[in-house]
Amino acid sequence: MSNPTSNVPAESPSDIISIEQREEAGLSQGQIVIRRFVRNVPAMVSLGFLLFIIVFSFSSVGFDVFGLHVPGWWKYDYIHYVDIDRPSGAPTYDFPFSFGNHPLGQDDIGHDVFAQVMRGAQQSIIVMFVYTAVAGVIGVVIGALAGFFRGWVDAVLMRLTDVIIIVPVVILGAIVGRAFGAQGAFVLAAMLGIFGWAILARLVRGEFFSLREREFVDAARVAGASNARIIFRHILPSTAGILIVNLSLTMSGAILLEAALSFLGFGINQPDVSLGQILANYQTSFNTRPWLFWWPGAILITIVLAVNFIGDGLRDAFDPRQRRMPRKAGPYRQLASLIARPFRRSRSDEEITR
Amino acid sequence: MFAYVIRRLLIIVLVIFAASFLVYVMSAISGDPLEDLRGSTAPNKAQLIAAAIQRLHLDVAPPLRYFIWLGGVLKVFVGDFDLGQTINGLEVTTVLGQSMWSTLQLVTVASLLAITFGIAIGMISALRQYSGFDYAVTLVAFVFFALPVFWVGQLLKLNVAIGFNDFLQHPVIPTVVLVIMSIAAGFIWASAMGGQLRRWALNFAGGTVASAAVLIYANVSNFFLVPNLGPVWIGIIGVIAALVATQLTTGLSNRRALGAALTTALIGAIAWWPVQFAFYYFPNWGAIIGLAVIALLVGAAVGWLFGGDDRRVSMRAAMITAFFSAGAVLIDRIMGAWPDLFQNTGGRPISTIGSETPNLNGSIWLSSVDSFGHVLLPTLTIMLISLAAYSRYSRGSLLEVMSMDYVRTARAKGLPERTVIMRHAFRNALIPIATIVAFDLGGLIGGAVITETVFAWKGMGRLFVDSLRHVDLNPIMGVFLVTSIFALVFNLLADLAYTALDPRIRVS
Repeated sequence: MSNPTSNVPAESPSDIISIEQREEAGLSQGQIVIRRFVRNVPAMVSLGFLLFIIVFSFSSVGFDVFGLHVPGWWKYDYIHYVDIDRPSGAPTYDFPFSFGNHPLGQDDIGHDVFAQVMRGAQQSIIVMFVYTAVAGVIGVVIGALAGFFRGWVDAVLMRLTDVIIIVPVVILGAIVGRAFGAQGAFVLAAMLGIFGWAILARLVRGEFFSLREREFVDAARVAGASNARIIFRHILPSTAGILIVNLSLTMSGAILLEAALSFLGFGINQPDVSLGQILANYQTSFNTRPWLFWWPGAILITIVLAVNFIGDGLRDAFDPRQRRMPRKAGPYRQLASLIARPFRRSRSDEEITR
Repeated sequence: MFAYVIRRLLIIVLVIFAASFLVYVMSAISGDPLEDLRGSTAPNKAQLIAAAIQRLHLDVAPPLRYFIWLGGVLKVFVGDFDLGQTINGLEVTTVLGQSMWSTLQLVTVASLLAITFGIAIGMISALRQYSGFDYAVTLVAFVFFALPVFWVGQLLKLNVAIGFNDFLQHPVIPTVVLVIMSIAAGFIWASAMGGQLRRWALNFAGGTVASAAVLIYANVSNFFLVPNLGPVWIGIIGVIAALVATQLTTGLSNRRALGAALTTALIGAIAWWPVQFAFYYFPNWGAIIGLAVIALLVGAAVGWLFGGDDRRVSMRAAMITAFFSAGAVLIDRIMGAWPDLFQNTGGRPISTIGSETPNLNGSIWLSSVDSFGHVLLPTLTIMLISLAAYSRYSRGSLLEVMSMDYVRTARAKGLPERTVIMRHAFRNALIPIATIVAFDLGGLIGGAVITETVFAWKGMGRLFVDSLRHVDLNPIMGVFLVTSIFALVFNLLADLAYTALDPRIRVS
């Protein structure tokens, strides 16, 4: 029985686009971007996860702000050590709900791994935001000035950018880390950020090159706007898309850079803790005490992965060419529809009888 | 063009001057170079310190000391290159030369493999956009992006090196693993090839059976202990190379090209016997390079003979086949040294640290297979991560090109899909990738720092890290000089490649 309702109506591309356009009619650019981003499942899941990690890591072991210690709800901290519960500090977590004293285990002298990993996650998050803020501000200002004024300003600033960009990141980072690593994550990240703006500056400069020739800039100038106003109020908002996407890449890069420097011994120093440092200290013992290897690594990777997914979601959201394209059924879908055919037919029969 | 290059080179010199000053001063203030000496218990401590201060000019303030160093570098123009001495009194030029060689060894193989596979995977996933394969590749690339290099390195040490060495104690793949591996291989193969359900099922079955056959053969012939290919497998590899090369360059319907390629594959298999004698009497790199040249010439000759009207096409297919056949013959010979290495390393040939087995005096084949055992893990580490990056770049690049008007035109005038993709889309998609590759290669020399640390590889990165730990300025500056010159020159090459590949862009 080949009734017409059992066939999925063929969708032509133009139908899809028009539906898409209808959905977005009357919305501002910002609303469209937010709407697209909210609909991106991996990005939203990652955002939720990242917020969760931030709250969880800062609340669990507490944090210091301006010399004032805010205590956390977890009973151990990352500096003091206690007696080792299980042989060689194995995790005290038992399936399903018995956490014990040290659910993620202890290291060789009795530090609680959960507290250490949470502190490490804090450090990564601090580095991520501080580095990106410093590098972002410097990169945007230098790129904007070079792209807007061109001429000798551009030449000088771009040679300066070249000076920074040719030194391999790890080498520059190691030197900075050797000098400032002892002063904590905040200072380290800020100092690293001072040398991390070069690629962003080039990008912003390129955008400014093309945007400054557009009509809306002429209009603003005719209306009597100052250079600063044109740069920051008229041109800069137009680069928001490319800027946000690249800042998210800078963020994940910053986390990995700090971890790598701490791994090499040029990052955050003991007694403070960072994920890269834990991994470096116990790299030889992952065979005997795998919990010292897996947990810091897993947290590090999930944070970076979450940031990357958010960045990807933002890129899709800002890309005006992005459309939901009609998909041709591939082999998996064909197989699925082959299997599902008897069920689907009965359902469409039901619909008919109804 | 010439003026442009000269101007760029002048700017490079200025930029290096400024950057080296920055690096010198920053590393000088990062610590105390005499810390080790001050803590020493030697009776002549004061003398040692005084000697080091005198030798390294530590009594001069860093910004001024920089110019002493610069003076040594500038002596390059009078034929006396001097990068100074390390704290321990070694000449930096010697130390740097050795470590540069071993870094290059590591980085070259890794980047070649990463570029080849990365581009191939990225292009396939672009051609099958929104398929299961595409999503899988995207997800894997994302995960690799998020992986810290040192963590991957540790995992590989544990799972690949130690696991594989343990496996070699009883080198037979268990049946369950064999079945799972074959099905997985068939699945990947079928997904990569795409197509509708029927073609997918055929590919899946073919891929599964072929991989199962290879794995069973490996089990039966004790391949993991006494690996060899022999003329039969060299022939099979040659035939596969011939089919793929012909299909990609002209399509299988070009019978002349196909015939030329298949004949070359047959010659390669037969040539196995005489080549063994050549390897026996001339075991050196000159003979190997000679062999490669002869192989390419044979390929060209066969293509010429078969060619007919369109000789170039047949020659190209035959030469690609000859390249792979000759490679198989060489790999077969190097594999022959595997049991020897197995003996010498106590049954654990895949190494986790260092760049060569100490006290291993053997033939060129033994040292080749030994450096394979050492280079494998660091290469995999570098490769996996840059592979992910290249696959993303090339996917994006090909997708962009495929939506261009000239691709639609090519399709509209009735060209076969293979021609559209290989000739019109693929070549144009390579343009942006070429520049990215050039740029990356420049940075890679300095970027292997962490990999070298994890695998205790005595390269430039390791030299840098050790020197920085002791605030040993001269080797730091040596490494910086090499990496930054590499980076800038490749940067320039990237720009020039862009203009060469895309005539619409002009440099000025």
